[in-house]
Amino acid sequence: MTSLLETEDETLLRDSARGFLSEASPVSALRANRDQGRAFDPGLWREMAQMGWTGVLVPEDQGGADMGHRAAGILAEEMGTVLAASPFISTAVIAATALRGSGNGALEKIASGEAIYAIAVDEGAKHAPLKTALKAEKSGNGYRLSGMKTFVADGASADRVLVLARTAGAAGEADGLTLFDIDADRAGLQRDATGTVDSRDHARFTFDGLEATGEDVVGELDNGLATLRHGLQAGQAALAAELTGLSGGAYAMTLSYLKERQQFGRTIGSFQALQHRAAHLWSEIEVTASAVINAGRMLDEAPDQATLAVSVAKARATATAKLAVMEGVQMHGGIGMTDEFDMGFFMKRARVGAEWLGDYGYHAAQVAAARGF
Amino acid sequence: MTDVSTELSSFREAIAKWITDNCPESLRKRPIDEDSIVWGGRNWTFKHEEQRLWMESAVAKGMTAPRWPTAYGGAGLSRAEEKIFREEMARLKAPSPLESFGLWMLGPALLAFGTEEQKLHFLPQITSGKIRWCQGYSEPGAGSDLASVQTRAEDMGDHWLVNGSKIWTSYADKADWIFALVRTDRDAPKHLGISFMLIDMTSPGVTTKPIRLISGKSPFCETFFDNVKVPKSYGENIPSHVGEINRGWDVAKHLLTHEREMISGGAQGLLGGRSTGEFLGNLDADTLADPVIRSQAMELEVDTLAFCMTLDRYKDQAQSGCGVGNASAMLKYYGTEINKRRYELLMSAAGSEGTEWDSPHGSLAAEWLRTKANSIEGGTSEVMLDIIAKRVLELPSK
Repeated sequence: MTSLLETEDETLLRDSARGFLSEASPVSALRANRDQGRAFDPGLWREMAQMGWTGVLVPEDQGGADMGHRAAGILAEEMGTVLAASPFISTAVIAATALRGSGNGALEKIASGEAIYAIAVDEGAKHAPLKTALKAEKSGNGYRLSGMKTFVADGASADRVLVLARTAGAAGEADGLTLFDIDADRAGLQRDATGTVDSRDHARFTFDGLEATGEDVVGELDNGLATLRHGLQAGQAALAAELTGLSGGAYAMTLSYLKERQQFGRTIGSFQALQHRAAHLWSEIEVTASAVINAGRMLDEAPDQATLAVSVAKARATATAKLAVMEGVQMHGGIGMTDEFDMGFFMKRARVGAEWLGDYGYHAAQVAAARGF
Repeated sequence: MTDVSTELSSFREAIAKWITDNCPESLRKRPIDEDSIVWGGRNWTFKHEEQRLWMESAVAKGMTAPRWPTAYGGAGLSRAEEKIFREEMARLKAPSPLESFGLWMLGPALLAFGTEEQKLHFLPQITSGKIRWCQGYSEPGAGSDLASVQTRAEDMGDHWLVNGSKIWTSYADKADWIFALVRTDRDAPKHLGISFMLIDMTSPGVTTKPIRLISGKSPFCETFFDNVKVPKSYGENIPSHVGEINRGWDVAKHLLTHEREMISGGAQGLLGGRSTGEFLGNLDADTLADPVIRSQAMELEVDTLAFCMTLDRYKDQAQSGCGVGNASAMLKYYGTEINKRRYELLMSAAGSEGTEWDSPHGSLAAEWLRTKANSIEGGTSEVMLDIIAKRVLELPSK
């Protein structure tokens, strides 16, 4: 496998992403979005499309830049650092990966920024694709979808939805699941935005006999998980990268505060009790960063063997982000608790990121299974 | 790219064949534990003939120090080749043919700071297992604050006169020579009056006393120097000190970096030797069903895998010439803390059986106790966090 060191191209991509996002989407942009009641800035999304970010995983002959999963991770990491909000992971990572090879023009629309995708998988409070109960019953030449989906990221703003539905078998079984690609405004789908703590777009979907045809099916009938799995893994790796960027952003704020804040006539960063905690946090971020790079490399070079790498990365990134934001608030003291200060935004996004696409326990169990216990 | 990978895969084939041809099969079936290590030295006795055969084959091919130049008894392998060699050794369950403080520490210091004649004189004695070295760093009054060493070497014209004592000298009672930090200038600031000296343990006035540890074993000694005469040179251009006089701290710091990487590298054994998964898999189903043990095992596995990736990343970085510098303190801190966690978990999973000195799990209890030193030796976890805070994070001291 390619070394875990960053290549020259990757450094260039990171530098340009950082330069762009620090201007176009600093943390204050998230605050402005929240105050205006919007989940993201459509202008920012258009610019991301112009720079080729929406096509990061789309083949060149379909209008993409096809830079690979590690590159997608670098973009997600830089977005995480400044909490840039966009449907990047849902659309440009998960949907682009799941729809690769479908050849129906969907990828072109993702690359151009025309289509925003939401991924409707979970039906309970925890990520569990196998528990899918939403039914797609055969009806004439097509299907009727009934049931509900929850925690659908970018669900309210989406133009299209990838929905995992049960065409056979019972909840808990891997077989009998089918992936549909449908218009988000199709009759029979009700979308209700749920106000989540991170001020981003999440929705609850109710399917009430929504009509779908065979043309809406992505991949094989009853084998939709095989189609979606790579997409979910790509999303998990990118989300792990975002959380690592988020950890780095929170850590950087905390470190500079430790170097400025005076109490007892000293800079508080000179106290060993705080120095050791900051050094420990830095160590955790370093170790997590390796797991995140490794997950990107594995998805690029050996995607069929990437489960372990992806789950190590998502589990680590979840735990590290939690530590970074908790230490961030605690070391800032009272100001860390105020809405006026940005640390709270990091804490709230970290909590949502912890749950989305599998929490610590979900991924730790994947690791245990892969390691034989 | 293709040429390189073809070359490497034929290297892998060749080295695997060499291991199978030269490492006796009986050795490869034996469990690897502390007692199966070959340390070499004047007084070494092999536990069995197979050990001798394996070490001698490895010495002949330079494979006891795969990356050292062939002129010094190494095999001159590239980093990629060495990695493949280690992977094949682990896959074929071949034990290391020779381990020593000479290979781990003195060798790297001599390669970086020694004269050409020093390298030609000392390094082949290390790679061939003829001379066993020990490390004389800590003193009763110089633990975490290592630069305050008081053992002194007085300039007597043609020789140094060494007086003082060292503590925690690993296997000093079995070693032939010692590399020691001694004070050669008592008036200079503490970091600038230390020299790195090579001393024959058979010199009159050198005595050792083993220290019994909580594990029941005595891997460490106290070492006393009582009017020990150390020649200024062991031959033309072979001074008895490494680097410059009074600049031994530079050598020591360089070496400590190696030591940190080595100690933290112990965690990588998880994937080869006693792995958490393998250990738990061999226990009865009830133990594995215990939710606390299971969740601790899962967390440990996640952290261990991520740490191993970090070791790989840092090794690649060191190889690329960028250096790792003070970040090696993180590897030492993190790796040793993981190792302690791992042994706490294994002991807890082994239950009452683990408390027996000689248990169905071998010497698990002694190994568990031994790991407690991991976060003390080579710089405590707290010193590592200090280094990270000050040198990496650049937090102020006032």
